[in-house]
Amino acid sequence: MKKAGANIYTFLIFLFLYAPILVLIVFSFNDTDTGSRTVWSGFSLRWYRKLFEDRLILEALRNTLIIAVVSAAASTVLGTMAAIGINSMRRLPKRIVMNITNLPMVNPEIVTGVSLMLLFVSAVKLFGGRSLGMGSLFAAHITFCLPYVILSVLPKLRQMDPNLYEAAQDLGCPPVRAFFKVVLPEIMPGIVTGLIMAFTLSIDDFVISYFTSGTTQTLPIYIYSMTRKRISPEINALSTVLFAVVMALLVIINVRSFRERDGRLKKEEV
Amino acid sequence: MKSDSKLLSAPYTVWMTVFIVLPMLLVGYFAFTDRSGSFTMENILSVGQYSNVFLRSIWLGAVATVVSLGLGYPLAYIVSKMNARRQNVMVMLVMLPMWMNFLLRTYAWMTLLEDNGLINSMLAAVGLPRVHMINTAGAVVLGMVYNYIPYMILPLYSVLTKIDRSVIEAAQDLGASSREVFLKVVVPLSMPGVISGVTMVFVPAVSTFIISKMLGGGGNLLIGDLIDMQFLGSAYNPNLGSAVSLVLMVIILICMGIMNQFDDGEAAGGGGMLI
Repeated sequence: MKKAGANIYTFLIFLFLYAPILVLIVFSFNDTDTGSRTVWSGFSLRWYRKLFEDRLILEALRNTLIIAVVSAAASTVLGTMAAIGINSMRRLPKRIVMNITNLPMVNPEIVTGVSLMLLFVSAVKLFGGRSLGMGSLFAAHITFCLPYVILSVLPKLRQMDPNLYEAAQDLGCPPVRAFFKVVLPEIMPGIVTGLIMAFTLSIDDFVISYFTSGTTQTLPIYIYSMTRKRISPEINALSTVLFAVVMALLVIINVRSFRERDGRLKKEEV
Repeated sequence: MKSDSKLLSAPYTVWMTVFIVLPMLLVGYFAFTDRSGSFTMENILSVGQYSNVFLRSIWLGAVATVVSLGLGYPLAYIVSKMNARRQNVMVMLVMLPMWMNFLLRTYAWMTLLEDNGLINSMLAAVGLPRVHMINTAGAVVLGMVYNYIPYMILPLYSVLTKIDRSVIEAAQDLGASSREVFLKVVVPLSMPGVISGVTMVFVPAVSTFIISKMLGGGGNLLIGDLIDMQFLGSAYNPNLGSAVSLVLMVIILICMGIMNQFDDGEAAGGGGMLI
């Protein structure tokens, strides 16, 4: 009896979480001329066709991917270097740096967004140069990704035995090579986690991009303008495509991690 | 190694100074100056005119946080009692909607709540009167709960699964009823998760501007909308906007300070991010 209650409750919560997404997906296949989002009038793929012919959406998608790749790569390199440095800092400087690092995570996104906007607008006013666009978006995205990279690399560094690096050097390995052969493999899982997080955060970000993009469109910004102006089932089609991509990625990642786990278990058995 | 590796963080230190510290100082500078750049208290003082907006934001954010806690705790508890494999699936299912852009998730609710939306069509189909739902405060709270409830469930779950089974068994051995075990053992031990969940829901909820814009119509102005209007909206006034942002930051710092009072500090960040 208790079990049934728990099951019903779980079901209801997941219904709440998934019903809106399901409705979005169903109505992306709706064959309607009026663009109605709530009256079903037959199956069609017309909104998908329209979506892939929409040059603005494709351009926004391209911008989003460029920004995500560049800022994930840059913040991973910069953040990993920073984490190594922070790890060997003394107490007080470490505390100061970590508190500032936490600031973008603790602060409401909108405050981070407007503060960066003030910075870029003031910089343009003072030094001239181009107005907000891809450049300011790169800087903003790298900034809000960095803390996540640092916080996923730092624990791995702490877990690592510091003697390993010195042992490698004692055995005649030059420092740079010792770093790449000993330290890097050891902290790699943290770096990969940081990279993935930075990439997904960047793709998904709306609030900070909204304040720092000028007239440049990213996908979330374009979606926002779609919901403000013309409302068309194209958004539903777009949501469905994005949802399918995310699902596929998650399945791949999970299958991989299950395999790894199985592999590890087998190794332990041997 | 030490001195070499400290140098590695130099580029980050420079980056951080330019893109985190300097922008924050700029917010402070703009908040205390007028358009010509001379010092003034006027911006901070005129924030007082918007106290109703602040109160509404805090109220709606608090309601959304309490509802998320009320709905999320039982689910986290149920999931934490499942076997390992089902737990993984459930956690995935909680996280999956978060991977969909939150504008799209909120948009989905727009289509459901509209006067001619799906819920109202369904009500009409079974002969019930239509209910006006969109552009109400309730719709805004619903949007907040929907978007942020995973941030409540995940830290709660991660704390609940870490509770030592033997502590619960000890309580049972000593004659505690299942109710007592839950209230006197499980709930206190899950407090770090409650605290990080509450912070992770309250902070974005109180500062949102999209949800109120999309689901609240024009009548449910929140702090976020006020800031947005000063920077990118019709009422362009970055000085006032900075002052509002500064006040918002202070409010959130105070709220987090209060929350941390409940935390005994031992398992700080025990819930934290799961991703």
